Amino acid sequence: MTMASPLLQVRNLVVEFPTRRGALTAVDDVSFDIAEGEVLGVVGESGAGKSLTGAAIIGLLEPPGRVASGEIILEGRRIDTLSYEQMRRIRGKQIGAIFQDPLTSLNPLYSVGRQLTETILTHTDMTPTKARDRAIELLTEVGIPAPERRIDQYPHQFSGGMRQRVVIALALCVNPRLVVADEPTTALDVSIQAQIIALLKKLCREHGTAIMLVTHDMGVIAETADRVAVMYAGRIAEIGPVREVIKNAKHPYTHGLMGSIPAVGHDAERLEQIPGSMPRLTDIPTGCAFNRRCLHVHERCFKDRPDALPVEDSRVACWLYDSANAMSLDEAKRAVASKETGSVEQANV
Amino acid sequence: MSEAAVIKSPSTEGRFGHAMLKVEGLRRYFDVSAPWLNRVIGRQPRQILKAVDGIDFEIARGETFGLVGESGCGKSTVARLIVGLHGPTDGSITLEGRNIAGLTRRQMAPMRRRLQMIFQDPYASLNPRWRVRDIIAEPIRAFDLVSGDQAIATRVGELLTFVGLNPLDGEKFPHEFSGGQRQRISIARALASEPEFLVCDEPTSALDVSVQAQILNLMKDLQRELGLTYLFISHNLAVVYHISDRVGVMYLGKLVEVAPSKTLFTTPRHPYTRMLLDTIPDLDMTGRERMPVAGEVPNPITPPPGCSFHPRCPFANDRCRVEAPKALPVSGGATVACHGVEEGRVPSGPILAPPPKPDGVASVHG
Repeated sequence: MTMASPLLQVRNLVVEFPTRRGALTAVDDVSFDIAEGEVLGVVGESGAGKSLTGAAIIGLLEPPGRVASGEIILEGRRIDTLSYEQMRRIRGKQIGAIFQDPLTSLNPLYSVGRQLTETILTHTDMTPTKARDRAIELLTEVGIPAPERRIDQYPHQFSGGMRQRVVIALALCVNPRLVVADEPTTALDVSIQAQIIALLKKLCREHGTAIMLVTHDMGVIAETADRVAVMYAGRIAEIGPVREVIKNAKHPYTHGLMGSIPAVGHDAERLEQIPGSMPRLTDIPTGCAFNRRCLHVHERCFKDRPDALPVEDSRVACWLYDSANAMSLDEAKRAVASKETGSVEQANV
Repeated sequence: MSEAAVIKSPSTEGRFGHAMLKVEGLRRYFDVSAPWLNRVIGRQPRQILKAVDGIDFEIARGETFGLVGESGCGKSTVARLIVGLHGPTDGSITLEGRNIAGLTRRQMAPMRRRLQMIFQDPYASLNPRWRVRDIIAEPIRAFDLVSGDQAIATRVGELLTFVGLNPLDGEKFPHEFSGGQRQRISIARALASEPEFLVCDEPTSALDVSVQAQILNLMKDLQRELGLTYLFISHNLAVVYHISDRVGVMYLGKLVEVAPSKTLFTTPRHPYTRMLLDTIPDLDMTGRERMPVAGEVPNPITPPPGCSFHPRCPFANDRCRVEAPKALPVSGGATVACHGVEEGRVPSGPILAPPPKPDGVASVHG
């Protein structure tokens, strides 16, 4: 990938929720870039902090959640410190958003056309007639049949898949540079899901829009993303080219995760399973957050939090890949792929 | 091609014995009409939703039968009909030779012990005010399987250990558990009445993949140890492939194809099955070109005439638009309800093998 300065830079992002018993860190020191026109997939289990990372970028964290530290830089401009009003100008114009449930992103009282033209008029100086033409054009682009008629209909008159198409049109209507799509296909049926993914991919390729695609579905990532970040307990466990992460997972968590996905044509009596479950926010262990479930733990994993170490084209937060480690890269990779346990007895889960 | 040639009885064969559950001509209609006055004033006709519209299948003892389909195809209604949460409009459900369709509550009671259900949402299916031990003990008490508090407590402890939890967890309340652990509790409760048949309605859909793997493994282990028979309902094809011995594909209240799992996923016959299989994301990253899937599921209140899939089917002809296809056996132990397959109009061949030939399904889909 040869990209100039990245479109979006997230640096050491920390999202906290203050509670009576102290702040809970839901996103903990997360850094990544998204290049122009790139699709970055963010995967993880529920509670891994992937949606919160997306919400922090579009400036829509639900209070009391807040960005406690770190920087979010869009096209060279820091956006995490902007006021609500300034951020509102950026949302829609520079960053579009697509959420899981299309019904919550559409206003049921306004026709689809009115919602589209309103967005276009807010962010551009088009005339209302022009804006309406543009709205029809957009609906055609997202594959809604008879857009001239459908434009005056209300969200309830559309099916789930069609609504999500409208939301995509809404997110793309003023050609944003970046779209944050949070589980855009989770609420849809499989056959519709495939259509929406294909559409999203096509539009972003045509418009050169970058996408941050947040999902729990590895399949969607495999079909769509260029690079993927795997999140675990608020941290990035592994980030790298999608092929590398899926076919050649380096972090023990990613490796276990990939093995636990049933696949058609893959005959196994049992699926690989990671023992235990993700720790709650109140109960994240010191050192590596994955240490209680990891088969390859060392003493160090209980003491120090692993840095994101560069391994081939990826960055992996696992001490197995530390250069100070006695293990060579190949040995480390083999260790992750094998069932051998690390130097420390498996902690009781 | 003589796909329609009757090769073999498609029902139960191979390593499974006789049919444990047999469903014949099962129908369930729901009246979704507006209230009477509105109907009279608005001159609206009655509206009948045919959620399940005449389906037949058999499940052998010890077998896992998967049921797949998109939302609204009626798969959950089938589950509810079998456990008796709905009465059927028509048809029969035979469990070990006894028709259980439309039994009264009292008649159904002894059958219920043998037939349990696991629901999708473990947050909704456990009473938040009950301790886990009481939740699991309820079926034991209801069916009087074990008497004496001490014996019941021991049995609950056994069940908890069985599903991979700690016997001491019985003292806790459901909110103290994660989603996967709650689903384990649901399974323990279902097993408490020592059932032979479990109806699982999307048991892993609300769970994360790593937890899903734990539950699927647990279900397979339990089946091996206890000789359970499963009806496994899911919209996730990969999960169904993993767990099922045979699979039925539902579309708008009808079974369009029933086949052994391997056969269904390697040589799907019905165009809808092929379309569904083509939506499976390609985790192997083969770069296989996917065929764009067209259209959406029509409104089930006003299903299309003839074969209900014809508006989305690339092989549909005039016969498909008028005449509803019957399920006919084809080779490989499958049954398919499709005129195209019967007449040999639909080319056969595995769809998973890349790349699709231009004279195959691809050109017609495209």
